[in-house]
Amino acid sequence: MYQTVYHRASSVDEAVSLFSKSSEAKFLAGGQTLLPVMKQRLASPSDVIDLGKIKELQGVELSGDVLTIKAGTTYFDIMQNADVKKAIPAIAYLTSVLGDPAVRYRGTIGGSIANNDPAADYPAALLALGATVKTNKRSIAADDFFQGLFTTALEDGEIITAVSFPVPAKAGYEKMRHPASRFALTGVFVAQTKSGEIRVAATGASESGVMRVPAIETAVKANWSPSAIDSVSIPASNLLADIHGTAEYRANLIKVMAQRAVAAAG
Amino acid sequence: MSTVKLTVNGKAVAVDVEDRTLLVQLLRDHLNLTGTHVGCDTSQCGACVVHMDGKAVKSCTMLVGQADGASITTIEGIAKGDELHPMQAAFRDNHGLQCGYCTPGMIMSAIDIVHRYGGQLDEATVRHELEGNICRCTGYHNIVKAVLDAAGRMKVSQAAE
Repeated sequence: MYQTVYHRASSVDEAVSLFSKSSEAKFLAGGQTLLPVMKQRLASPSDVIDLGKIKELQGVELSGDVLTIKAGTTYFDIMQNADVKKAIPAIAYLTSVLGDPAVRYRGTIGGSIANNDPAADYPAALLALGATVKTNKRSIAADDFFQGLFTTALEDGEIITAVSFPVPAKAGYEKMRHPASRFALTGVFVAQTKSGEIRVAATGASESGVMRVPAIETAVKANWSPSAIDSVSIPASNLLADIHGTAEYRANLIKVMAQRAVAAAG
Repeated sequence: MSTVKLTVNGKAVAVDVEDRTLLVQLLRDHLNLTGTHVGCDTSQCGACVVHMDGKAVKSCTMLVGQADGASITTIEGIAKGDELHPMQAAFRDNHGLQCGYCTPGMIMSAIDIVHRYGGQLDEATVRHELEGNICRCTGYHNIVKAVLDAAGRMKVSQAAE
């Protein structure tokens, strides 16, 4: 990788201050994406500002009907957390099939959503659950946060501090895993909120990143069962097509993964 | 350049390195601990796995600054003198390696798996948990046997301590 200057921040304020003094800095969370990208020389930040030791970015809180996961919490700590398992077991499951054990010890939820890889798992959970992204400056609804491939509403120097999930009545996630990268070839997160709203989000499928799937939402609202999705038709237009699968294949995967996710949600 | 201080296999180490140095480069190029391998260099193969503060991590995907102050254990640090670690002994006894390139990472990941699951391991769990370690000889069958064997031995040796 190119030369860079490493800084370790001990607070969010210090990280913001370090960022403002650098010419082209990047925040480093777990590094499981940023470092490979730097090694490929696709990113060459003048400075990397390590957020990994900031205590205020660590931990999980369950308060009434809101589960809050601080941005620097690792996948391992999320999947092991008793409150996560109790309140939204679908998030614990999603996390357990993400990456591999060594990656899960280091990667963080904040890092994942800030990167917004079109095949990452967490964006589907945030969008389907109607989560709120908290930053050092503001709160952003998941509907407004994800803005296309590797693009989010974050401004320069803005740091995600936490993600708040309303606890749903039911939720489930299933994905077809890419056998080498473990990213989602297509993954679908289904949720029924406590007020009865149905939200379904697919990742790994669309050319513009994570997306809602209204046709499946309508079908499942009428009848919460996998068979309700049998007759849904998902158009292949604007879906990803690559060596791993055609757009038509991914359109079918959206249906199949949604059916499995509904079954998993119970 | 920065001075990085950490503990490697129980010994305190202080090294002046460029900030872009990866933990695996520090281990191999600066400390001559070449048992930790670089396979894919893209965080997928697991040949570079070491323990940082007791957790199995990919040392090719960590800057030395992130490991500053940590305790690192490599494949060179797990035997007691001439006595192999139970996981190493199980790999030898079960022929859990062919070319041996992936073996250091396999062993470091496998020890972490046994620590997390204790005696609750079965074949399916071992296979799922080893997803981050790739053996290109495709020798997984004996690797899985070795891990299950070692899980029993480690339980016995922990009970004996």
